[in-house]
Amino acid sequence: MITSSPALEMNEVRKVYSVAETEVVALADASLTVAQDEIVALVGPSGSGKTTLCSIAGGILSPSEGTVTVGGEDITGYDRRRLTRFRRERVGFVFQSVNLVPFLNARENLLIVDEFGRRERREAKLRADRLLEELGLSDRAANLPGQLSGGQRQRVAIGRALMNQPSLVMFDEPTSSLDTELGSQVMELIRTEMKSRGTSAIVVTHDDRITHFCDRTVGIVDGVLAA
Amino acid sequence: MRPALKELRREPSRFVAPTAILTLIAVLLMFLGGLLDGLIRNSTGAVNAITADVIVFSDSSQGSFLRSRVEPDIRKEIEQDLDAVVGGLGVTLLGGRIPGNGPRDLANIAVWGYETPIDGVPSPPGAGMGWGDERLQADGVEIGDEILLGPSRTPVTIAGWVDNTAYNGQASLWVDVETWRTVLNANRPDAALAEGVFQALAVTVPSTTAGETAADAIVRVVDSGLLVLTVAEARDAIPGVTEQQQTFNQILGVTVLIALVVVALFFALLTVERASLYAVFKALGAGSRTIFGGLITQAIAVTMIATAIAAVAVVVIDAVIPPGSIPLFISPRRILLSAVLLFIAAAAGCGFSLRRVLRVDPATALGGSS
Ligand SMILES: Nc1ncnc2c1ncn2[C@@H]1O[C@H](COP(=O)(O)OP(=O)(O)OP(=O)(O)O)[C@@H](O)[C@H]1O
Ligand SMILES: [Mg+2]
Repeated sequence: MITSSPALEMNEVRKVYSVAETEVVALADASLTVAQDEIVALVGPSGSGKTTLCSIAGGILSPSEGTVTVGGEDITGYDRRRLTRFRRERVGFVFQSVNLVPFLNARENLLIVDEFGRRERREAKLRADRLLEELGLSDRAANLPGQLSGGQRQRVAIGRALMNQPSLVMFDEPTSSLDTELGSQVMELIRTEMKSRGTSAIVVTHDDRITHFCDRTVGIVDGVLAA
Repeated sequence: MRPALKELRREPSRFVAPTAILTLIAVLLMFLGGLLDGLIRNSTGAVNAITADVIVFSDSSQGSFLRSRVEPDIRKEIEQDLDAVVGGLGVTLLGGRIPGNGPRDLANIAVWGYETPIDGVPSPPGAGMGWGDERLQADGVEIGDEILLGPSRTPVTIAGWVDNTAYNGQASLWVDVETWRTVLNANRPDAALAEGVFQALAVTVPSTTAGETAADAIVRVVDSGLLVLTVAEARDAIPGVTEQQQTFNQILGVTVLIALVVVALFFALLTVERASLYAVFKALGAGSRTIFGGLITQAIAVTMIATAIAAVAVVVIDAVIPPGSIPLFISPRRILLSAVLLFIAAAAGCGFSLRRVLRVDPATALGGSS
């Protein structure tokens, strides 16, 4: 996609969860811009609001205040329906808990994205096979998630996030369940995949060692961003 | 790819229980329906086969052949004034002694005298001869056998077989009106009828004026003393027919309702169980409609398997049960009707999960462990 607008522009975004009588401020006036083709590391302790930020950027949660613009598209006021469509077409997600579909094999876990969307079928199959190959999973394509290692599952999830050819991908702790060496390999892979496509990404981690795979690091503590 | 069907294939064990229950329900539905069809055929086959616009009874008969009598002058009036084709009809219920069977081993026979075309029954074979309903074969009757009817043992010889013409649960024997009158007058002196008098008339009016039914025309010509029924009305007037239909249809309705509840409960549980999976689907951009469509697909698939097994089962049951033992009549129409009812029940049952699917929040896909 050739536009001059940044991949993500969050402006003074606040997110408040109300649980019973108390209110939890998960994000406090967060402003963040991710340029096209840029990979941003989001580093912070547990509970600091990293997942919340990713979800808002990816249209899963709506902000309590502030504006969110993705690739020039202002999604702030979107209703559920339009957000669903936005997620389907514009962004990719690798969840903190991976969340593969247990009864679908690796290849089908990629193809399911096509089922939810335009149903290109042939094209989608070619794309899935190419992604599996790039991710080194060609010989595991027919395996169910239960038959894959943690690192392989993580790679399937990455492939799934790229199936809809998103302009922005959120990786929520993609290496947390992997040892250092495997974590580096996965990060290497993420970088290659992003850079070869010109896709922007936010990579959440609380591991400082993997931030050097990213172009820039943004810190977050108690919902407050610090560059 | 259809993820919903993939799930059925990959995790079939999850769907075994509802499929089994639905199969039993489908068998019940088809079996009871076949029983109803069989019972109705047994009491109405002969009347159903009467080919005419209307059947004319006397007005105090309540549509019962046995209680009705129509005088020859009425027949003449209808014939002349309406230029109608009129055939005399009468039936007598008697025990028939069958050669080779014991003296007390009587077959229940409905002896019909007819002048009017009967669907599937040729014209009367001649004096002292009759077309026998195939059900008599279960009693060991063969073509050429002489059956001795009633206490007077009036003989009638079987000339050939006809199908689906039972009346009042008894096999019919179709004879010409003279033979019938002989049988009636010899065995039922209390109900004897003079020459030219019939129990009922089958009337076909070739051209009624616009907007007037055959029944209207007859009432216009003969203003009192008659009860004019269409063939369908005459069939429903047979004692027990409407009651049987109502009772069975209530049972069938409850059975379909149970199917609906089974599907509703099962898929409601499944939806609860899969809430986190659906959250992931939604986070990946699946609409509620896609997800609900998957549920319906699974319900329909399960129902399809259940009805297919059930259809085979009832066909086998039908083949195994000795003919004449129970009035089971399994037809493609009944199987199809049962299947359609079950599909509707399944789809409606899924409806109870719709709200839960709509309420799945994609944000629940974010945290936790899978
Ligand atoms: N649905 C929710 N309801 C109420 N509070 C929530 C909800 N989700 C998150 N929170 C709170 O918001 C804050 C930020 O949560 P978030 O999940 O964004 O943190 P995180 O940085 O991703 O943490 P972790 O590294 O453990 O994944 C936390 O205090 C959390 O308890
Ligand atoms: Mg988190």
